[in-house]
Amino acid sequence: MSDNNGFQPRIAAFFCNWCTYGGADLAGVSRLQYPPNIRVIRIPCTGRLSPKFILQAFRQGADGVWVSGCHPGDCHYIAGNLYARRRFAVMKKLLDYIGIESGRLHFSWISSAEAEKFQRTVINVTEAVRELGPASHLIKDIKQSACPSLAAGCVCRAS
Amino acid sequence: MTASNLQSSTGAVMVVGGGIAAIQASLDLADSGYYVYLVEKSAAIGGVMSQLDKTFPTNDCSMCILSPKLVEAGRHANIELITLAEVQELKGQVGDFTVKLREKARYVDLSKCIACGVCAEKCPKKVDDEFNRGLNKRKAAYVKYPQAVPLKYAIDKDNCIFFQKGKCRACEKFCPAGAIDFEQKDRERQIKVGAVILAAGFKPYDPVNYAQYAYAKLPNVVTALEFERILSASGPWMGHLVRPGDEKEPKKVAWLQCVGSRDINHCDHPYCSSVCCMYAIKEAVIAKEHSHGDLDTAIFFMDMRTFGKDFERTYVNAAKSGVRFVRSRVHSITETPETDLRIEYADDAGMLIAENFDLVVLSQGLEMNPETAEMCQRLGVDLAPSQFVATGSFDPVATSREGVFVCGALAGPKDIPISVVEASAAACAASAKLASSRGSLVQTREIPAQRPVLGDTPRVGVFVCSCGINIAGVVDVKAVMEYAATLPNVAYVENNLFTCSQDTQDKMAKVIAEKGLNRIVVAACSPRTHEPLFQETLQAAGLNKYLFDMANIRNQDSWVHAEEPEKATEKAKDQVRMAVAKASLLEPLNEVQLSVNPTAMVIGGGLAGMNAALNLASQGFATHLVERDNALGGNARLLRITAKGEEVQPYLAELAEKVKTDPLITTHLGATVETVEGFVGNFKTALAKDGGQEMIEHGAVVIATGAGEYKPDEYLYGQDPRIMTHLELDSALLSGELDPAKVDNAVFIQCVGSREPERPYCSKVCCTHTVETALHLKKHNPESRVIVLYRDMRTFGEREILYKEARAAGVLFVRYDVERKARVAKEGDDLFVYVWDHVLGRELKLPADLVGLASAIVSHRDQALAQMFKIPQDDDGWFLEAHVKLRPVDFATDGVFMAGLAHYPKPIEEAVAQAQAAVSRAVTVLSKPEITLPGTVAVIDQNKCVGCGVCWAVCAYSAISQDDKGLAVVNEALCKGCGTCVASCRSGAPNLRGFSNQDVMAQITTMLQG
Repeated sequence: MSDNNGFQPRIAAFFCNWCTYGGADLAGVSRLQYPPNIRVIRIPCTGRLSPKFILQAFRQGADGVWVSGCHPGDCHYIAGNLYARRRFAVMKKLLDYIGIESGRLHFSWISSAEAEKFQRTVINVTEAVRELGPASHLIKDIKQSACPSLAAGCVCRAS
Repeated sequence: MTASNLQSSTGAVMVVGGGIAAIQASLDLADSGYYVYLVEKSAAIGGVMSQLDKTFPTNDCSMCILSPKLVEAGRHANIELITLAEVQELKGQVGDFTVKLREKARYVDLSKCIACGVCAEKCPKKVDDEFNRGLNKRKAAYVKYPQAVPLKYAIDKDNCIFFQKGKCRACEKFCPAGAIDFEQKDRERQIKVGAVILAAGFKPYDPVNYAQYAYAKLPNVVTALEFERILSASGPWMGHLVRPGDEKEPKKVAWLQCVGSRDINHCDHPYCSSVCCMYAIKEAVIAKEHSHGDLDTAIFFMDMRTFGKDFERTYVNAAKSGVRFVRSRVHSITETPETDLRIEYADDAGMLIAENFDLVVLSQGLEMNPETAEMCQRLGVDLAPSQFVATGSFDPVATSREGVFVCGALAGPKDIPISVVEASAAACAASAKLASSRGSLVQTREIPAQRPVLGDTPRVGVFVCSCGINIAGVVDVKAVMEYAATLPNVAYVENNLFTCSQDTQDKMAKVIAEKGLNRIVVAACSPRTHEPLFQETLQAAGLNKYLFDMANIRNQDSWVHAEEPEKATEKAKDQVRMAVAKASLLEPLNEVQLSVNPTAMVIGGGLAGMNAALNLASQGFATHLVERDNALGGNARLLRITAKGEEVQPYLAELAEKVKTDPLITTHLGATVETVEGFVGNFKTALAKDGGQEMIEHGAVVIATGAGEYKPDEYLYGQDPRIMTHLELDSALLSGELDPAKVDNAVFIQCVGSREPERPYCSKVCCTHTVETALHLKKHNPESRVIVLYRDMRTFGEREILYKEARAAGVLFVRYDVERKARVAKEGDDLFVYVWDHVLGRELKLPADLVGLASAIVSHRDQALAQMFKIPQDDDGWFLEAHVKLRPVDFATDGVFMAGLAHYPKPIEEAVAQAQAAVSRAVTVLSKPEITLPGTVAVIDQNKCVGCGVCWAVCAYSAISQDDKGLAVVNEALCKGCGTCVASCRSGAPNLRGFSNQDVMAQITTMLQG
């Protein structure tokens, strides 16, 4: 084991509205406990996930990114999850190439009825990222003085 | 089905039952202008489908596909859910019924219950959980299942300690919402409706009487429905495959088919239950997936009945994946001292074999629930000998009482898609009777004019919900509020005990106006359940409903981090910050209103097409019926009788006559579709006709283009007039060319061209057709020798009774293996059929003066039509529906529907039901003057577009096209808002309203700023 046991990773999670977000809700209904390290962004479909969202999360200091959608064949929009899968395969290689460990990026299929799988996956993802320690590779270093309103939560640079 | 509309009638319908059929019928009716009372006996809707783990043949997660329908039914302004209620009496007649209901007390105030579950947690009384088929316990205060609609708890009086012993009231003491009400009483209600739809479903056969299978005694002998719960992620073992007896993982599982079906010894069920072969295959395949290791699975069956769309492929693939199929009826199960289950059976060669298994699943059949049967009798609805509700093939959803319709498994065993088809068909039939009162009782919501906010500085209001103690018990709600007040753009913050309660909603509307708020964030439960409610409040306050976002601080925070309150509070702050950042960027979205042309088009003038046209006309919609042939009738012109013995030709003639005389139907004979433009509500279709062209504008279209008959190149077909296909045989019998009294030796060969590598599907109707023809020959010449050569007899459902009759009449059935097909030979002038008999172990030589070939039904493979309407076809050429289970007559393209053989081979009653269903679905479009489309659609910034074409290639709905400049343009009428185009574009030209790049980027950017 590494010395990262005390480290609390920060993980950006992108869930599709129809399957995994529902699975996360059901985990709540079933009171399944899991580590509080993920922050969820709800998107209509994993097909909506632009690769730059993943890059942006790493740039903002996320230690890991987790994308989860419907099982193949269950996509609410027919095949969005399959496009996501393809895009993801390429993305993973790219990140690897630029030095982001592949263990920081996770992808899963969790249906809206799989609360236990959801819990299990949160735990696995959190542990995998914890093992790797803090990510520092892509964090952008903007001097606070460069934009006086940044500290106040200005989001003008977001896009 | 085309009885004239009543002049005055009540514009409401009662749907009895709460399963998928009842839900679909209710949604169709409520969406086409009727008020619906949905009456369910238990505490929540969902039926058996909610208990299933997966659904065949696609292995979709059952709850995932059902849940959106449940929510839609639960929230629909024109569906009133009445749970814990039963129908007592039905007075009056069609158009003007009075129903007497008995509603049991729930002892929980529906308007106050927040479904937090504290009552169940505190309730000391444990009882068998019927949802999990008694495999585990629930409390006397309970919710039927976690996704139940209505999501409200109930108190089971028979098991409640307070009701039984006079004290306890723990639930009342701990309920944070004061929702427990022990004073509630059962009550009677009288409701006026114009029609009634019975959709009360079936009862799974209870094998407790099957002494040889020792179900009652052996814990590791389970029913199929119990096995569904074992497999289910929400079941008693959370989807971990174990056997109930000792919770050990099984290594060998057996399924025994036909338990409570095709059996008059243990039960009076001569019929086949239609669904068990497929569910057993599904369960075996899923069990293998669950077990990861080498799970041995074996299915013991008599005939493998995989007759539906893609069923045969599922069967073949299951066998390839290692599921064993053993053709044998197992005599008995005994337990070994090691608690293994010993099965003894005879194989094909008659050898006795014994094998041990860890777990045995009994593939229980479907039967009529005796209580439902009593209700039917009270209501004056006749039952068939099978005890299911009696129906006819030409009007498959009508019962013996006018104005009372039936759908789903209540009218005979059937699977989900056919139940859904019948549900829509019943809705169509009911609404045809009540068309004059359409819209008379529906509720509409008044929406005030929207306040313009574009360009105003964002003023975000944040409402933090305590949800009683559900959130506040873990998260420091006050700290979250104080934190929210420090965030940019936040103008107002408040905390509510229950943000969703009616009084808080009224107050919220007032606060929005008083404080001039123009963006709203609610930090509470899940947007999946509550976003529509809060959006309604925004609308009531004059705000565009898209100026809203939620922070899920209950389901995804307080409930899952109960042991870490500080971290949960930090997470809640992060969630609120992200929501405020997104909300600040949101813009009001416009919901496009499209006008609808209330004219319909039906393509195909066969039995399905004519039924569709007549039903559309009877609902008052002008209809164009397009037939490429010069006469109406299609394949049905060659058919003799239905499986129920009704003569087809008189019916067909009557149908064609009605079509010709109906003033609302314009028939275009000898016409084909040339071009199609437009989209739902506004299609423009050009017909090629009489050498010219005619342009027709219509709002919806039903595709009923039928299918053809396979012309065999085997069995000497075409070389002797005595060798005929089924259609040829029927028309020879109809015309009198063939005298059944003069046939002495008839041989029928099944699966000619079906279940072959080039056509790996079952044509569904041939086994029944052979059996009814064999009976016809036997009736006219009892001395004749009639022999049927088959692979599996697929006389599904109540057709099994015909098969039984045929055997009793002396028809001989000889099974052949596909590796050893029969041979037809002409020796001199005589015809002989040679076939290997596996029982005798030798070849038989059968003389024949008639050889009937059960040739396959084949698709027309109409590529041109498919491309014009943007509808997909599967590998076999059948049109592919929007969803195999729940949208069986819809396409992914809105406004386009289908019926009949174009979908898949099917018998007449299913084709008629599909035609009615397609009409019902089409009427949900045609009955509205305009349709409102969601505002969350894609938009293209053409300044950035280079016209590369990636976006229109990835769009599953063909919503993006190329304009005259070569650039991408979105058709908002077709876009579903998935965002795949946005994520695929190299130039960043598309964006998704409501989930824009800026919105998501703002969430990511603020995510880690805490």
